[in-house]
Amino acid sequence: MASQSIEIKNLYKIFGPHGERYVDMVANGMTKTELNEKHSHVLGLQDINIHMPAGQIQVVMGLSGSGKSTLIRHINRLIDPTAGEVLYDGVDVCKMKKGALRQFRRHKTAMVFQKFALLPHRTVMENTVFGLEIQGVPAGECERRATRWLDRVGLTGFEDNYPNQLSGGMQQRVGLARALTNDADILLMDEAFSALDPLIRMDMQTVLLDIQKELQKTIVFITHDLDEALRLGDRIAILRDGAVVQQGTGQEIVLNPADEYISSFVKEVNRGRVVKVKTIMTPVASDAGSELISVNENVLLEKAAKTMTDSNQQNALVVDASGNTVGQLDIHDVIAAMVTPVEHEGAEEEASAEAA
Amino acid sequence: MSWYNEFPHMPIDDLRALKKGIDAGFKGFTREYGETIELIFEPVKQFMILAEDFMLDTPWPIILLLISGLVWLGSRNWKIVLGTVITLLLIGFFDMWEDTMKTVAMTFVATLLAIVIGIPIGILMSRSTLVERLVTPILDVMQTMPAFVYLIPVVMLLGIGKVPGLISVIIYAIPPIIRLTNLGIRLVDKDVLEAGDAFGASYWQRLRQIQMPLALPTIMAGINQTIMMALSMVVVASMIGVQGLGQPVLKAIANQYFTLGIFNGLAIVGIAIIFDRASQAYGKRLQKHSEVVHG
Ligand SMILES: Nc1ncnc2c1ncn2[C@@H]1O[C@H](COP(=O)(O)OP(=O)(O)O)[C@@H](O)[C@H]1O
Ligand SMILES: [Mg+2]
Repeated sequence: MASQSIEIKNLYKIFGPHGERYVDMVANGMTKTELNEKHSHVLGLQDINIHMPAGQIQVVMGLSGSGKSTLIRHINRLIDPTAGEVLYDGVDVCKMKKGALRQFRRHKTAMVFQKFALLPHRTVMENTVFGLEIQGVPAGECERRATRWLDRVGLTGFEDNYPNQLSGGMQQRVGLARALTNDADILLMDEAFSALDPLIRMDMQTVLLDIQKELQKTIVFITHDLDEALRLGDRIAILRDGAVVQQGTGQEIVLNPADEYISSFVKEVNRGRVVKVKTIMTPVASDAGSELISVNENVLLEKAAKTMTDSNQQNALVVDASGNTVGQLDIHDVIAAMVTPVEHEGAEEEASAEAA
Repeated sequence: MSWYNEFPHMPIDDLRALKKGIDAGFKGFTREYGETIELIFEPVKQFMILAEDFMLDTPWPIILLLISGLVWLGSRNWKIVLGTVITLLLIGFFDMWEDTMKTVAMTFVATLLAIVIGIPIGILMSRSTLVERLVTPILDVMQTMPAFVYLIPVVMLLGIGKVPGLISVIIYAIPPIIRLTNLGIRLVDKDVLEAGDAFGASYWQRLRQIQMPLALPTIMAGINQTIMMALSMVVVASMIGVQGLGQPVLKAIANQYFTLGIFNGLAIVGIAIIFDRASQAYGKRLQKHSEVVHG
């Protein structure tokens, strides 16, 4: 049962009693402020088009109020759209009948919430089996499957505790175990780690990445934190006032921010941990010695710099997965690429250089 | 200027005719349907008799053990159990055992029926704001209307006895359980409800696994109030033939038997405290999971 991609097409959400009346106006350029002042409706989402790849992590990023929660809630239709489609495996979630939607939620999706949303009167184990219980899976089977995931997220021994007895990080592990136990293709995570301390957040990111390596679910991960987005996201979409302002891989966004808004975000990013060597490699010079060390083209700059300095090399060969030489690397370029602050214009130059 | 000094009311004759008309209408209704209604309440009557017989026919030591046992199960608190035993012993010693048992049976049946009727109404209210708007004023009337007033139609319909007594006790005591069920469900954390929806919970699963358990402490507070109100209504209902501790109080008022009144009054206070402490302690225990907050 391989995961499927999620296709969001021309999605609009306008909050208010007559949202559908204003879709055209918004499509023709009415802003969120105008809509609110003139028609007292709130623009939630406008013309969203995102292809969320199967088996990968799609991050949706944006400041508070940009519409992230609204967007993720369209995927399991906790919110009904004003216009547009959300396709999963060829079916439009927005057109599903009640019963079909319930089955879809039970078997195809699982969700992790910012405020954990655990049942306070139930133990960790009882919380973890919640999804299966809703599906009508027999109790013994529920526990067997839950035990595995509780173990996987490091909660063995806490099965009989109540959520209130656990720290925030532990509670969110329960949230994650509850979602994973559901064994659904789609994992929806709305700022799942935002309420946690930085160190615990890193931990949870690692747990998630490890699990994803094994499961390859289609994960939609919401965050307002760029570092988190870059660490987790195979692809990232950036929202502002309910519209997608840029989408692509982390590297694409860092190297080529679409506008001032995004460049102000990415300015502070540690590029050494985002940019891959193939982005800055130069064509192989004819005199390149075969005695040079080689690095994989997908290695990040920081790692490449360390490899090169460790072995005292000024230059290195860049190879692809099957070992063919595809370019070469100069330590000065590597360091320059790591420290150059990204200005908007500068980024554009780089992009055109890259394209050339 | 006579309209200024005296409120210009409806002509006395018209008013009398109106009251007579309504009374006649209601009497007609009673004659027509009184027996049917009595028949409808027959099962309730049987249940009431069963409960009373059980309390009266069972030897007192067993009842004492039973009540203390229940109090222990509910409260898990030795002090409350000890208080219960002492109170019941004193009641027996002052020869009020039988009346007390009748009152306890009545309160038990009334509370049980109030729960069975009240919780579904509360759930409906929480589901629909329209129902809430319709039911709330009715509850307001039920709670502010002097209890004696609605004894009248009940007595006209069903005469004097256990069932009309029980009905008036329930009418008087049911509002808190309805109100607090509604409130408790409305106060359930939206985030947790959303989680239920996200996992595909059906209406019943939502209600059974999320709303009711999370509302339970509030509902318990409603049950507690309902018990207290049922007990206090028992005295009033004795005017229409409800047996138990209310009867001697009524007699005491009529004949100015001060001590008789005080003793029976204290017995009511005693069992009220037992019920109150036991049900509150039980309610607290239900919330234990939320007390142990991570440090
Ligand atoms: N039910 C609602 N009714 C009206 N406006 C809403 C509703 N839900 C969200 N909004 C508005 O939609 C916008 C996006 O909200 P949200 O998706 O929660 O943002 P984010 O999760 O990115 O912080 C905000 O302006 C918010 O006020
Ligand atoms: Mg949000």
